[in-house]
Amino acid sequence: MPNYVTSVGMEVHAELSTKSKMFCRCQVAFGGEPNTRTCPVCLALPGSLPVPNREAIEMVIKTALALNCKIGGTKEESIFHRKNYFYPDIPKGFQTTQYGEENPFGYHGYLEIPTPDGGTKRIGIRRIHLEEDTGKLMHLPSGGSGIDYNRAGTPLMEIVTDFPPDIHNGEEAKEYLSQLRQILMYLGVCDGKMEEGSLRCEPNISIAPEGSKELGVKSELKNLNSFRSVQMGIAFESRRQEAALENGETLLQETRGWNEQKESSFAMRIKEAENDYRYFPCPDLVPMSFTPEYIEELRANLPELPLAKFQRYTQEYGLSAYDANLLISEREWAYWFEEAIEKGGEPKAICNWMNSDFAKMLNEEGITSRQSKITPDHLVELVKLIEDGTISGKIAKTIFAKAYETGDMPKKLVEASGATQISDTGAIKAQVQAVLDANPDVVAKYKGGNMGVKGFLVGQIMKATQGRANPGIVQQLLDELLSS
Amino acid sequence: MAISLDEVRHVAKLARLDLDEPEIMSLQTELNALIGHFSDIQAVDFGGVDPKLHASNLTNVWAEDVPRSSFKRELALKNAPMSKAGLFLVPMIIED
Repeated sequence: MPNYVTSVGMEVHAELSTKSKMFCRCQVAFGGEPNTRTCPVCLALPGSLPVPNREAIEMVIKTALALNCKIGGTKEESIFHRKNYFYPDIPKGFQTTQYGEENPFGYHGYLEIPTPDGGTKRIGIRRIHLEEDTGKLMHLPSGGSGIDYNRAGTPLMEIVTDFPPDIHNGEEAKEYLSQLRQILMYLGVCDGKMEEGSLRCEPNISIAPEGSKELGVKSELKNLNSFRSVQMGIAFESRRQEAALENGETLLQETRGWNEQKESSFAMRIKEAENDYRYFPCPDLVPMSFTPEYIEELRANLPELPLAKFQRYTQEYGLSAYDANLLISEREWAYWFEEAIEKGGEPKAICNWMNSDFAKMLNEEGITSRQSKITPDHLVELVKLIEDGTISGKIAKTIFAKAYETGDMPKKLVEASGATQISDTGAIKAQVQAVLDANPDVVAKYKGGNMGVKGFLVGQIMKATQGRANPGIVQQLLDELLSS
Repeated sequence: MAISLDEVRHVAKLARLDLDEPEIMSLQTELNALIGHFSDIQAVDFGGVDPKLHASNLTNVWAEDVPRSSFKRELALKNAPMSKAGLFLVPMIIED
């Protein structure tokens, strides 16, 4: 039995976050009443003429730049093609797309993904092109199918990895998709919602004996709407194909669906031959070309991408990889962190508060940082109050919870509660003495060698001061008085 | 260049046309006549003319991303042979 190597090609479709459609100005939105966002262009009525959305083109070029691609339309003009097929989800009888190896807006790029050993691996990107989404087909219980063309004509970016594939298992595929999603969201070109279908991934998977120059027969997997299903689906497919080959079966090139509940794939249709789409340049749309100045301007204005932020957070701020990853997970979260740093917050302390108490409260309420009453100013002020010894870390937790609830500034809350930390040695000493006087038996135990009872005494002192006594001073005075 | 009967059948299948043999024969004749016109064009000397991606000299025609109002749904569905619950209705689709 040979060792098999899995190869995974990734096709990712991202709906672009434009306000209007690709070739008409109907609004782009999720859901809504069927067929309320259509016009002569997206319904393909005779005589209508498509006009491309400039913003959508710019979004694809930005993505191509962020993914280290060469840009189509810089040396030679870039054009749109018609991909001809008859299916009711596309009313025109063709999908407007981009065809050919060097014509798409982006080609010959790569994305780096982190590897388990702490390094990175380069995943080649073959092309990034712009096309239009189709309408939605619903199979009705009464027989027949209903079509909603609201989604028809939504700008759709397709990102295809290199061939032969660089991805060899489900984990790498998941990592690729997760890095890609993060980049798209940082660029603000896609909302990344896999459950709503604005980011869709269709991997094709094949296996071949180790050392083989040829790839095996591939299957394409559909219905993957989470990172987990991408990872599990690929692992399943690779096991299924291996078992089939070991049983002496012949694999068929087919499209398979992923069943999330059963955690298995099922045959959808066999691809007998490559479809004959008869691509040709779209006569309704004129060529596009971009000056090097324009491309360089877009490149210069790209936001700092997640990987660069990760490196900066770990190297410049000394954060752990774990913490840095949590901070960059969402663009809004990273920007919130950076705003707090700009306002003078100490990075490690800000990060600890964000990734613990703050994240927990936001998760519990199911809201984002910008929707909460806590602003970077709140956290910066709170961290300063701890740093200068005004409040203890323990009290800070209570203050933070109150600020989260009310939106009041920490300083104001501390003043109102009288919860400032007591660092006055004289005042604390009196409390320590009082506790020792009240617990002679415990003191005797301690002096008899039972050091463990010290914790009880510290607890009593903190209780007597409502937790406000500076813990360092308490420890120091306690040691002094007990040894006297 | 002439079109074979099999090519006519293939194109008919792609266009979802169900043709009988006499129709296929007559379409072969018509399509061959059509392709004949291109032979006439091919006979013209285009020496010195660079190939172009588009017949017009326009480039970069596009619109700003500003939504405008769409059809009212009743209007969108007006020409549909069948509709139901705001959806265009088509016969059951069986994927092939």
